[in-house]
Amino acid sequence: MSQRQVLQVFEQYQKARTQFVQMVAELATRPQNIETLQNAGVMSLLRPLLLDVVPTIQQTAALALGRLANYNDDLAEAVVKGDILPQLVYSLAEQNRFYKKAAAFVLRAVGKHSPQLAQAIVDCGALDTLVICLEDFDPGVKEAAAWALGYIARHNAELSQAVVDAGAVPLLVLCIQEPEIALKRIAASALSDISKHSPELAQTVVDAGAIAHLAQMILNPDAKLKRQILSALSQIAKHSVDLAEMVVEAEIFPVVLTCLKDKDEYVKKNASTLIREVAKHTPELSQLIVNAGGVAAVIDCIGSCKGNIRLPGIMMLGYVAAHSENLAMAVIISKGVPQLSVCLSEEPEDHIKAAAAWALGQIGRHTPEHARAVAVTNTLPVLLSLYMSTESSEDLQVKSKKAIKNILQKCTYLPALEPFLYDAPPNILKHVVGQFSKVLPHDSKARRLFVTSGGLKKVQEIRAEPGSLLQEYINSINNCYPEEIVRYYSPGYSDTLLQRVDSYQPLIK
Amino acid sequence: MATLARLQSRSAVIGNQYYFRNSVVDQFRKRENDAAIKIQSWFRGCKVRAYIRYLHKRVTIIQKWWRSYLGRQHYQLMVKIAYYTTKMNLYNTMAVRIQRRWRGYRIRKYFFNYYYLKEYLRAVSEANDAVREALADFSQTKEREEEKAKLEEEEKKRDYQARKMHYLLSTKQIPGIYNSPFRKKPDPWELRLQKAKPLTHKVPKVKQKSAINLDSWLACTSTRSFPRSEILPPINRKQSQGPFRDITEVLQQRYKPLERTLWMAEPIDELKEAREALRREEWVHNINDNMFLPFSSYHKNEKYIPSIRSSSKYRADSYGHQHFRDENPKKWINGKGFQTVLSSFDLFSNYGKLYSKAGQIV
Repeated sequence: MSQRQVLQVFEQYQKARTQFVQMVAELATRPQNIETLQNAGVMSLLRPLLLDVVPTIQQTAALALGRLANYNDDLAEAVVKGDILPQLVYSLAEQNRFYKKAAAFVLRAVGKHSPQLAQAIVDCGALDTLVICLEDFDPGVKEAAAWALGYIARHNAELSQAVVDAGAVPLLVLCIQEPEIALKRIAASALSDISKHSPELAQTVVDAGAIAHLAQMILNPDAKLKRQILSALSQIAKHSVDLAEMVVEAEIFPVVLTCLKDKDEYVKKNASTLIREVAKHTPELSQLIVNAGGVAAVIDCIGSCKGNIRLPGIMMLGYVAAHSENLAMAVIISKGVPQLSVCLSEEPEDHIKAAAAWALGQIGRHTPEHARAVAVTNTLPVLLSLYMSTESSEDLQVKSKKAIKNILQKCTYLPALEPFLYDAPPNILKHVVGQFSKVLPHDSKARRLFVTSGGLKKVQEIRAEPGSLLQEYINSINNCYPEEIVRYYSPGYSDTLLQRVDSYQPLIK
Repeated sequence: MATLARLQSRSAVIGNQYYFRNSVVDQFRKRENDAAIKIQSWFRGCKVRAYIRYLHKRVTIIQKWWRSYLGRQHYQLMVKIAYYTTKMNLYNTMAVRIQRRWRGYRIRKYFFNYYYLKEYLRAVSEANDAVREALADFSQTKEREEEKAKLEEEEKKRDYQARKMHYLLSTKQIPGIYNSPFRKKPDPWELRLQKAKPLTHKVPKVKQKSAINLDSWLACTSTRSFPRSEILPPINRKQSQGPFRDITEVLQQRYKPLERTLWMAEPIDELKEAREALRREEWVHNINDNMFLPFSSYHKNEKYIPSIRSSSKYRADSYGHQHFRDENPKKWINGKGFQTVLSSFDLFSNYGKLYSKAGQIV
């Protein structure tokens, strides 16, 4: 045999390997093929190819593995169990940028499924090499590494801490400053994932100077980048007052409001989340938002979208109103109440309704004026029907009951209370009658109106246990009227009159 | 004794008289006694009454004085009390005034100020209006920009269309389809066609070999992410006439990267390459590219290149060559230059030129 023939064998083998790897990578893109591939033992075949002499084959094998691992967590676990990760990590440091990218892809695909898998990646020492990749010259490599780090960090605080300990944060902050939009996006999302777990982690992100760079990019025209930026800022701001103040000090305020007008729904959602996270901490921060006109912008935003995107805005209104009566008043004069009642009646989903009910309760609980503002928009009957409806979730029922109670205890606007006399359950009726008993002694017009509208009759029909709070309220209402009138309206009065007719002895001279 | 005798003579009479007289007196005695008693009692009564009246008068005076004293004292007290109460009332009202002011001030300052709140709420609603307006403006401008971009895009498309359909333009003889003679005005497309530049013949596009379609390898990556065919074939090559293969195919064959066999992948001329590498290494480590030559004649015409950072226009001074005498040649005694003191070494100045080629500058 000549030398040539011998070499031909090798050549053929190499070609076959290349083709195999490429085909597997291609097949792995389709979900329906995955199971077949798995059953055919693709993992064990791909593993040696990761160490192939030809770089292209290595890369393609890594790519195929990544796609398989991306598909579900069983396959990802198979990658971990097959001891493939140490090889990947080893070669991640050694090989060229294409290979780095593919390897980072595999790590990302494995790490995204569960904390255990991500922990397995961390145990392999992948973090250090990934962090080194963040320093790479090629933006694509940086991107892949940042992505993998973000997926590892998103599971829990320990994993995030591991990522932080590997020194990723300063490099991620550098990545934000790169010109490539995709890299910025992914670095921002990784920072968001890191800072979401605990105040300490958020503090490390802040210490790396991320806020200033993030805040600068709020006006970036790219919608996806904006989403990540806003989410990162809100994840930082959510932990403590200090962090929220740091975020506010980056002068995000009038600027973020423009994001509420964005076309992209998620930008809107994340912007309202950010505002909510800032507002929820202290009255001062809420006040700052109110002064910047944030409440009006959020209310407009709630009006312009539907569904889950409204939720953070609704909660933000609730938080602002909960802090103090002045802030609640600010929400009212920004025309927040009609918008919330629209949400309450329009939204199909219970959790959004519950949030709206809660927010309304927070607005109405301060003073009679607040309660009146809520009551005139005719939300109380809606809340009552939500409370009474059997289809509402438990949370919604509890929230709407609490809201009704909060509002009723302050409400002195009798026309809104009156319908409640007729169709409220006893535990709410108590509060309604209580309000009447407080108002009627001091208001002659209302007393008259109460009789003519039939309220007094209704009150007489209520059966209260003697000695109970309700009975006391009823008594104090009755004390506002002459006895004849009370008796006239008591049930069974006509019978007693007739009885008197029967028993009357006519006077005969 | 006479007297006695007279008396004795008269004793009987006297006795009678005495008796008589006594009996008469006795007759009146009781009456008189009663009368005396009456008189006495009256008198005494008068006396006592006068005395009592007297006493009463005194007592009244005493009482008057005493009562007036007491009355004055009481009056003093009353006045004091009245004064005190009025004073206290005044003080109280004043205190109330002060408290009112102070409480109002304190509450307004530290707790709740209705007017301030009103003002604040007004300011908030103004701010809200301003923000709403600004945001509306913002979104409007954005929308307008988008609209504009869209219009531009459409315009571009239409332009391209016009360039493509330029052959439909009417000529002097034949009206185009957009310029119907039965219509008053030509179609706007006609005008557009007039303006448009006809499209040149389309060169068949060199088909980019979709190199295993690597861009879509990772979901996110940019086009830069993965390798494509490294050498780009020349653009704008025209298809040549004749039974030739497709030009793209030919070009691909021509410019495809060298696929070395496994055998070729390992270099056989390792030693040679290593030498080359060593040479290159040495070349890299040289500080100065110029060969070292000790002979002045080789550097004669060399121009001094000053450092980039030096600010002075320093250059080699021509001191010793020309300027030992006056610079003005007219003042020279003879027109010739100075003779150099030593004639040059012929051997050195001709080094390399006569005897051997070593050290010659290429």
